[in-house]
Amino acid sequence: MNVTLKVWRQKSKDDKGRFVSYPVRNVSPDASFLEMLDVLNEELGKKGEEPVAFDHDCREGICGSCGIVIDGRAHGPGRGAATCELRMRSFRDGDTIVAEPWRATPFPVIKDLVVDRTSMDRIMYAGGYISAKTGGVPDGNSTPIPKPVAEEAMDAASCIGCGACVAACPNSSAMLFVGAKVSQLALLPQGKVEAKRRVERMVDQMDKEGFGNCSNNYACEAECPKEISVQHIARLNREFLKKTLA
Amino acid sequence: MKKLIDFYNSSIGKKVTMSLTGLFLCTFLLEHLIGNLLLFAGEETFNAYSEFLVSNPVIRFVEIFLFASLLFHPLVGLLLWISNKRTRPQKYEVYQLKENTPLASRITMLTGSLIFVFLVVHLRTFFVPLRLAEVKPSGYALVVEAFSSAPYCAFYVIALVFLAYHLRHGFQSAFQTLGLRTKSYIGLLDAVAFIFWFIIPLGFALLPIYFYFFQPATTAAATALGVH
Amino acid sequence: MKLDSKIPSGPVEKQWDNYRFNLKLVNPSNKRKYTIIVVGTGLAGASAAASFGELGYNVLAFSYHESPRRAHSISAQGGINAPKNYANDGDSIYRLFYDTVKGGDYRAREANVYRLAQVSNSIIDQCVAQGVPFARDYAGYLDNRSFGGAQVSRTFYARGQTGQQLLLGAYSALCRQIDLGTVKFFPRREMLDVVLVDGQARGIVARNLVSGAIESYDAHAVVLATGGYGNVFYLSTNAKACNATAIWRAYKKGAVFGNPCYTQIHPTCIPQSGDYQSKLTLMSESLRNDGRIWVSKQKGDKRKPEEIPESERDYYLERLYPSFGNLVPRDVASRRAKEMCDKGFGVGPTGLAVYLDFSDAIKRLGKNVIEEKYGNLFDMYHEITAEDPYKTPMRIYPAVHYTMGGLWVDYNLMSSIPGMYVIGEANFSDHGANRLGASALMQGLADGYFVIPYTIGDYLASSKFSPVTAESTEFKTAKADLDAMVHKLMSINGKKSVEEFHRELGKIMWDNVGMARTKETLTKALEEIPKLRQEFWQNVKVVGSSNDLNADLERAGRVADFMELGELLARDALHREESCGGHFRVEHQTEEGEAKRDDEKFSYVAAWEYAGPDKTPILNKEPLSFEYVKPSQRSYK
Repeated sequence: MNVTLKVWRQKSKDDKGRFVSYPVRNVSPDASFLEMLDVLNEELGKKGEEPVAFDHDCREGICGSCGIVIDGRAHGPGRGAATCELRMRSFRDGDTIVAEPWRATPFPVIKDLVVDRTSMDRIMYAGGYISAKTGGVPDGNSTPIPKPVAEEAMDAASCIGCGACVAACPNSSAMLFVGAKVSQLALLPQGKVEAKRRVERMVDQMDKEGFGNCSNNYACEAECPKEISVQHIARLNREFLKKTLA
Repeated sequence: MKKLIDFYNSSIGKKVTMSLTGLFLCTFLLEHLIGNLLLFAGEETFNAYSEFLVSNPVIRFVEIFLFASLLFHPLVGLLLWISNKRTRPQKYEVYQLKENTPLASRITMLTGSLIFVFLVVHLRTFFVPLRLAEVKPSGYALVVEAFSSAPYCAFYVIALVFLAYHLRHGFQSAFQTLGLRTKSYIGLLDAVAFIFWFIIPLGFALLPIYFYFFQPATTAAATALGVH
Repeated sequence: MKLDSKIPSGPVEKQWDNYRFNLKLVNPSNKRKYTIIVVGTGLAGASAAASFGELGYNVLAFSYHESPRRAHSISAQGGINAPKNYANDGDSIYRLFYDTVKGGDYRAREANVYRLAQVSNSIIDQCVAQGVPFARDYAGYLDNRSFGGAQVSRTFYARGQTGQQLLLGAYSALCRQIDLGTVKFFPRREMLDVVLVDGQARGIVARNLVSGAIESYDAHAVVLATGGYGNVFYLSTNAKACNATAIWRAYKKGAVFGNPCYTQIHPTCIPQSGDYQSKLTLMSESLRNDGRIWVSKQKGDKRKPEEIPESERDYYLERLYPSFGNLVPRDVASRRAKEMCDKGFGVGPTGLAVYLDFSDAIKRLGKNVIEEKYGNLFDMYHEITAEDPYKTPMRIYPAVHYTMGGLWVDYNLMSSIPGMYVIGEANFSDHGANRLGASALMQGLADGYFVIPYTIGDYLASSKFSPVTAESTEFKTAKADLDAMVHKLMSINGKKSVEEFHRELGKIMWDNVGMARTKETLTKALEEIPKLRQEFWQNVKVVGSSNDLNADLERAGRVADFMELGELLARDALHREESCGGHFRVEHQTEEGEAKRDDEKFSYVAAWEYAGPDKTPILNKEPLSFEYVKPSQRSYK
């Protein structure tokens, strides 16, 4: 199939950036979207033009590196999949596909489709952990955890930190990302000890980084490649209120 | 106090402010509708009720919160809206938010603004004369008078449609923000939400429709009105 | 070179305890005066950096990713082993030790493996305490499953995302230290060289991938946790960025390379569908429990699988191995699939695949049962290939998955360069010639949490350090060399892309040094690789600029190193005139076609020492002895 890729090109953080359209020919419908970009990049390289920069690594939807807004959707059309899992057969022959980077103040563009998502790491530094020192912990089976609780914690923990929630949100809110971690650790008995400090610090850092407020329109849940539920945002809110009231 | 200020300053704190003021306004709506349905009971009953509202000290006390909410809810909403706009200075070329979200959630700012405009007019029509005018008019007569105008009724009904949309999103959103929209309560919450976003605006909308089409007689004249 | 493995004496159960007691300790108040560089922040690197930070050392952690959470450890699916014996099925530290030595085809050190089995229990405790949501049973206790043919249920798991959860656990420990200020994290930095002063590793030179600047960092010790080199084959299940540059540059600085030829192939991957293909996706081996593998009896049969009648199908594994059938070990299943394809029986558009058919299982058990067991894998397959495995057989093909070889390390996990440690997949140590399922995660965390935090202290406490800063001559020289290398890569401006060279190298490696190696193919590879390398340095085209984010330039450096490493891999494979674990020499097989070890001649670690550019590397041998687990030949008939 043949498609036209209208892609955001931006040399550096300070460059203004613009869209450039490239025809991409003879793409196999079985190729992934990123492989289509590979093909384009190899062609560009041959011509001595600079390839389109994009983040990617595992290409099986778990590392969270890739993230492109494709035709107005974070990670492209379809649900429950990262950009790397998107196949070209989701498009039609002759389509013009618009590819843009995640756009949010806390995600400045580094180059083309690559953005800096370290703001999410800084939220994690602020409290996305249980302060258990290496060694000196009890046997793994010392505290039974009800299966449904463990499962729900696992649902939250499956976040890949890609930032699609922020990219999809009209307010660039990171509540689903923060909610997933706060919720995971609040559910587990070992995380309850530090629950108050954790939620306070993580929300504080989230606000400092310039993420927007949650308007509860749940675009995040719809675009999350791991389909993490906004229930975890509710739990984050609850934890935050608990912290304030208690 | 510092704790409270810090709380308000946080993103979640602001949302909780929206949520609490919004829910308070929802309870007011419920009360207001029940009261207004007395219009169907006739002039005397309604006027007695309206008199009660004006004179009862408890109501006057609660009114402070009502006005505080009426002020804060849109104000904080506006502040949030402005700060949220700043999070994405470079807009998407293509942005398919509609694929991922219900319409009501995307237009809360619009519906909210129009409801605010409606409120100003509404207060001017009913509240100002009933509460602030030197010679208190008959509440029932005011209603009859106001709803005799077709454009006014249309404006009223349209505003209620907007209110419905606003609450369609806002009601469940308030509970989500308070962390109460949990798996086990979603069903119940949706049912209650239906009362608020559908039944209540519908109830309110019946009034102008009824009064416009049936134009019941009134004994008192409406005075000091800006409806004409 | 004299290699001292520093294996402690005494009974194997006591070795680590005794050894640990005799290690020197660094005074708590002095720890912050020591700087440790950790390169790579996957499971091994993140756990090590976090543990160093907790101890009070000053830690600098580097990753070419933007965040430690992106490391390839995250892709591990199956689980992590620990002999907790929660299942009450007779597991013990000794049994895990025994299974690992045997599984490694008697090419690992007993002392290391025993220690690994010993500390693995603590890993589970540690991870639970960190909030890793392992699967649990209805009583709320940790659940176990049997994995990769193990006879006991010792594998802990978190759905099919165990690697992710363990990495996020280690990442969270690292986050805490970063917040406390003990660890400083440098994202998007690629280590390009290790810097030696007075023979000790004293720092690294790294490229800032965003600004393009070559930066120098000094320290008292350097820890490499940079993963394996599976991408030397171009197509593998490794992530795209996985590379050998860090260990390869260290090798060229004097660290010896252990057993490069031990590479693990996974039999059930989704086959390549075209030239554009960038990587291969692994599907759980459990598929072979219910799927039947077959090809057409007719060469080059282009019929659809449904059109091939039962009588014209060759269920070759069931034919060749009547008792084990489709459940033969990974390497056997992989090799047979390749053989069938090489003979022209391969299926699908490329002819490089065999069928994995579930129709009998669906008939027998019902679609529901199959869906329950493998639903997510079937969905994934469907997503990638647009074929419905409920209706038509899957196509599978083997792919490179893990490399057991790596930089040689002693019992302390220190390489042959004093002060340079290597942990996780990057070292060669614990798996011998083949790795058991669910043991990679175990080794990474064992090294990072429970081994290196002890052993590094001994080195720091007992070594003398001359004053060094990032401005010292050694750093300046290293930086100048790298600037020159970058300049050279950028200025060749040839005709072929980096990707093309990588693909060509991969093809040479896969065809000649892949699953079944012969003297001829290896010799051929040893001729072709240097030719390709020469062409690379004359004809590669690297576009863009060296002063900003440039993926092409990053890849160019990595491919340049793969071109050298590939040669060493082939050389090691050629010299090892036996078959063992992940190394199969066609000349050395039993009558049944099984790997045939030669314990007389090859019971040693091949530790290759760099001798200079274009010189044949020097082979050092570290003999292996087996006091507890006596070597025997396996059989799957």
